[in-house]
Amino acid sequence: MEHGRHPAHPTPMTYLKIAVILAVVTFIEWAIFFAPESMNGIKLTVFSVLSVMKFALVAMFYMHLKFDERLFSMLFVGGLTLATCVILALLVLFQAVL
Amino acid sequence: MATLAGVFNRPYKPTGVWGWISTVDHKKIGALYGVTAFTFFLVGGLEALIMRFQLARAEHGIVSAEVFSQLFTMHALTMIFLAVMPLSAAFFNLVVPLMIGARDVAFPRLNAFSYWVFLFGALILQTGWIVGSSPNTGWFAYAPLTAESFNPSNGMDFYVVGLGVLGVSSVAAALNFIVTIINMRAPGMTLMRLPVFIWMTLVTSFLLVTAMPVITVGLIELYMDRTFGMNFFNVEAGADVILWQHLFWVFGHPEVYILILPAMGIVSEVLPTFARKPLYGYPVVVLSGITIGFMGWAVWSHHMFTVGLGPIANSVFAITTMFIAVPTGIKIFNWIGTLWGGSIDLKTAPLFAIGFIFLFIVGGLSGVMHAVAPSDAQQQDTYFIVAHIHYVLFGGSIMAVFAGIYYWFPKATGRLLSERVGQWHFWLTFLGMNLAFYPMHFLGLDGMPRRNYTYAEGMGWDFWNLVSTVGAFVLAMATLIFVHNFFRSLRKGEPAGDDPWDGRTLEWSIPSPPPEYNFVAIPTVHGRDAFWDQKYGDAHGHVARAPAGASSEDEGHGIHMPSPSILPMITSLGLGIAGYGLVYSFPVAILGAAITMVGTYAWSMEPAAAPDEHGH
Amino acid sequence: MEHAQASEHAEHATTTGIDHRKMLIWAFLGSECMFFGSLIATYLVYYGQSVSGPGPADVLDINTTTVSTFVLLMSSLMMVLAYSAVSKGDVKRFRVWIVCTALLGATFLGFQYFEFTEFGHHKQTFECPPALDRPALEPETACQDGATEYKANYGLTPRTNLFGSTFFTLTGFHGAHVTVGVIWLLSLFGYSFRRGGEDLVRDGGLNVDLAALYWHFVDIVWIVIFTVVYLIGVTVAPV
Repeated sequence: MEHGRHPAHPTPMTYLKIAVILAVVTFIEWAIFFAPESMNGIKLTVFSVLSVMKFALVAMFYMHLKFDERLFSMLFVGGLTLATCVILALLVLFQAVL
Repeated sequence: MATLAGVFNRPYKPTGVWGWISTVDHKKIGALYGVTAFTFFLVGGLEALIMRFQLARAEHGIVSAEVFSQLFTMHALTMIFLAVMPLSAAFFNLVVPLMIGARDVAFPRLNAFSYWVFLFGALILQTGWIVGSSPNTGWFAYAPLTAESFNPSNGMDFYVVGLGVLGVSSVAAALNFIVTIINMRAPGMTLMRLPVFIWMTLVTSFLLVTAMPVITVGLIELYMDRTFGMNFFNVEAGADVILWQHLFWVFGHPEVYILILPAMGIVSEVLPTFARKPLYGYPVVVLSGITIGFMGWAVWSHHMFTVGLGPIANSVFAITTMFIAVPTGIKIFNWIGTLWGGSIDLKTAPLFAIGFIFLFIVGGLSGVMHAVAPSDAQQQDTYFIVAHIHYVLFGGSIMAVFAGIYYWFPKATGRLLSERVGQWHFWLTFLGMNLAFYPMHFLGLDGMPRRNYTYAEGMGWDFWNLVSTVGAFVLAMATLIFVHNFFRSLRKGEPAGDDPWDGRTLEWSIPSPPPEYNFVAIPTVHGRDAFWDQKYGDAHGHVARAPAGASSEDEGHGIHMPSPSILPMITSLGLGIAGYGLVYSFPVAILGAAITMVGTYAWSMEPAAAPDEHGH
Repeated sequence: MEHAQASEHAEHATTTGIDHRKMLIWAFLGSECMFFGSLIATYLVYYGQSVSGPGPADVLDINTTTVSTFVLLMSSLMMVLAYSAVSKGDVKRFRVWIVCTALLGATFLGFQYFEFTEFGHHKQTFECPPALDRPALEPETACQDGATEYKANYGLTPRTNLFGSTFFTLTGFHGAHVTVGVIWLLSLFGYSFRRGGEDLVRDGGLNVDLAALYWHFVDIVWIVIFTVVYLIGVTVAPV
């Protein structure tokens, strides 16, 4: 069952592009942070979306989840999902609102 | 090959004590786990006897309230973390590689590490008895009872550090078994051909790696509060002590399934063997086990119905709790279905397994009663709950553990446990168990609160308490009979042969006790009940040639096994020292961490198998 | 952890074709998700529950932390380049990149050290006369002579309030993970000199792969912390 033990990983050029995106996104986050307070509602959504994007880029490309065995994704995303559910459940139980 | 051999001389096939300290053989590690855990089972039992003696009559003055608090706390911690969990680990170690046709676990040295960390964690947890201050808050250690101001002795520190260290052991072992089961199965052993015990080990391992970090965080927060004066559970600073309850039970409920799923796995192996029938509804049993594993995450607040979470939260958790009874019930039907129409051979092992079904149903029924939140409000903190947990943990886990011991003892030692003594052991256990725990239902419904060191005369509780105490001593006698049986059979037991029970799974295809390398040739599996098929042919009458797929390089002595190493023990010794350091003095903690670090470096530079041993 | 085991295991076929150790590290990272998840849950449940200041908006400095976040993200780039080099057998380039990774990691830790000490010494300006939930006057004459505001120590330590306890524990344990990572990376750098890096390269750089996965994981945990604790935490800032 030799399915893709050494999958074709991206080239350093791809890694560099990802890094540029990560840096730019971080810069955008920084810029948005100093936007007027009236935009606070939108800011939260944008921060969350950008953060998920950065998270996914690192996990998929730098950690090779996009190219590697699906089992790895299952192990990791399993833990991640469970952790997210526990956080959300606790927030609901404590009626904590951000 | 240049290694750090000059620094750490590697033991070369040592014998005696050093052989045990440096072993990386899963069977020997299983034996270490088993013996250690059973010793703690006796310690926990002794604690229970003292409590039962105290409660035998009203206003009995055997122990003080403070000592009683320490007794019930340590009884629970000892039984859960130092007896049932490591007894399960003993079976994982002993049986998993044999059942899946592997020569060892995926990480033999990590496996030894898990055992030694467990041992040191257990010692830390028990230190309180020596220095005179054991944890005294109940095993759940609700805040703010654990705060430095209310609990200034070191007892809670042993709790925090001991459980933390034990968590490291559990996670390391669980990761090891996850990789072993996914990655070291014999050719042909697909997931749906795995013995149910292996499935339950896998589910349990996943529960361990996900649940342990949650309690670890809770323990860290408690440690920070106690040691550095932080505010996690400091109400004056705005903290909510209910957070501890949530963190504890988010871990605590999966933990309940960590305790019972391996037991269900053992029963699912023992019953088919002695009914001489395949397990009824294998896919459903497996699926139920997985469902229980998932559902176990969604029920934790049923331990907190009286906290005041509100009607919505209580309703949600009541419904999920009732729902989790469904897969459990399905399993019970499947076990009964397995027995139905089988040619049942009532040896001791299946007796314990059938006892498990019977008692677990009782415990399960009272469990569903607790799921009804309003009803639970009446039962909370009474002996009714104590009755319930002993029916599922003693009637469930421990009965299954004994079934497993009678079942696999011959494989591990090459000798049979005495059947005659075994039958006595079973019937006395069954009798003692029901005498000790059934009356607690009555006491609880009559309002007797748990964790009280005594009760007043004239409450009407005297009779059933006395009965319960008598039952506890019957249980103690039964356990002593077992210990006698164990040691006698070890020396004089009837030789077992390779396959004393006409077994169905691969461990019975090799000699008893198995050689270090387990399998001369790794078998090829063609269906469920792999060994049964080899002996009698599968459903289509095809007899697989046994053992198939032998490759010539593996024959005889050419088998490449990992070599002994003392580094796992040294690395975990560092953790143990660091643990004591966290309680008493930080420089010692740094020393311990340094030992662990040196051990880790040496370990990573040490080859898994000594290179000069084989001409590989 | 078990560098030397690679050679033995690489030759043994496994059921799935996946190396044992790589499967182990992924399962371990799944477990770590629960660890940081529980810490973050605690932080969020207690968010805005402190009965006294300072709060996130008082002490957290987005400018500084944006830079340190950038540093950690770039360390991930160096890490992936180091792995890329070693998987092609290029030990020399590997050494350059791995040292860069460790240096950036250490820089991040430096930022964190600076941040932690800075928070402890934080001072803030308040209106006169001091409100009940504000720091007391020091010296007591500060609000006299028609002064409308005064400056006072308003430092944050782990013991100050709930925010301090949850913040320092969460970021502190992340920092501890980075520290372990830096030690691991430097160990691999040292290991690359053993027999000219032959051992490191032999199994396709598996040892580097494992360390890299851990390192990237620590990086993505920081992505979450930066967003939740810093960006969102300060934006929503409880009054």
